[in-house]
Amino acid sequence: MMAHILEQPGFYLMLTLLCFGVGQWVFERSGRHTLANPVTIAAIGVIATLLVLEVPYEQYFEGAQILHFLLGPATVALAVPLYRQMHHLKRLWLPIVLAILASVSISFTGAIQLSRWLGMDGELGNALGLKSVTVPVAMGISEHIDTTVSLTIVFVVITGNLGSIIGSSVLGRFGVRDPRVMGLALGATSHGQGTARAFDLHPESGAFAGLAMALTAVFASLLMPLIYSLMH
Amino acid sequence: MDRVFGMAGLLGLWLLGEGISAHFGLPVPGSVIGLMLLFVILCLKGGIPTGVASASDSLLKYLAMLFVPAGVGIMVYGEVLLDVWLPTSVAVVLATLLTLGISATVMAVSIRLSRSREL
Repeated sequence: MMAHILEQPGFYLMLTLLCFGVGQWVFERSGRHTLANPVTIAAIGVIATLLVLEVPYEQYFEGAQILHFLLGPATVALAVPLYRQMHHLKRLWLPIVLAILASVSISFTGAIQLSRWLGMDGELGNALGLKSVTVPVAMGISEHIDTTVSLTIVFVVITGNLGSIIGSSVLGRFGVRDPRVMGLALGATSHGQGTARAFDLHPESGAFAGLAMALTAVFASLLMPLIYSLMH
Repeated sequence: MDRVFGMAGLLGLWLLGEGISAHFGLPVPGSVIGLMLLFVILCLKGGIPTGVASASDSLLKYLAMLFVPAGVGIMVYGEVLLDVWLPTSVAVVLATLLTLGISATVMAVSIRLSRSREL
């Protein structure tokens, strides 16, 4: 009977929802601690289950891909929060656009260069270059440069965690007091997770972080494949 | 009911974006073209239709969950990553600090410059 259940795609959808539910529960119970990231907890839970059941990733993905496929419309939906932040964009459009342009181009080339100095594999370095782009968009870009979707997601999620944990204290130490600057940097570095953290700090920081995340997504998909082809 | 139409609209814009991206051979993912199309539509309309707002808000509320299936794919790369965990960790930390520093510096400096020009 178990073998039959494991053949059903629905089993892997259930497993994903279950593990994410547990991850979300742990996250809430820990007082929304940034280390208790629900995506990380869910992925570890799913991987452990698949290893125990000896199910290959391809079979799992066949069942869980319905969720993966919703990333397309979810990315389109990012236009709604972006539109809601329009009034900020109108007032400070030049500083915001300059900051995002610099952050997208310098952090992409910088990350790839850094990975070369450290002797990392090209595939790993390219995935690292996409680390600050929100997951659905980073995945789309990863198909145009030499790397894999899964590696990209790992770096994006790690950077989301790391930036939201250390971001505000690092910037504070360097004398950043302006909530708009703080928010923009958190969103530009740590996308959705940075935005959530910025909303905890100050509502204005949250608004700027959401804006930074959406603009980073747009500029990254325009610039990164271009910069990549110039570098090769 | 509105939300169902809103969801259909998001899917339609995404597919239109995919079509445009493929037809012109663009490096931009179809979903981002869909995002830009929706943004332009909202600006032209001057508001967010209730169906689109509620479909978007409910999708974005569960955005994190949608990353899980692809994230699990790391199991295929487990050994590769364990071999190079030290340089990889150093690179992630440095690259994160770089992005934080660049975005904050350019934003702070250009706010100051645009303010001094207004005075």
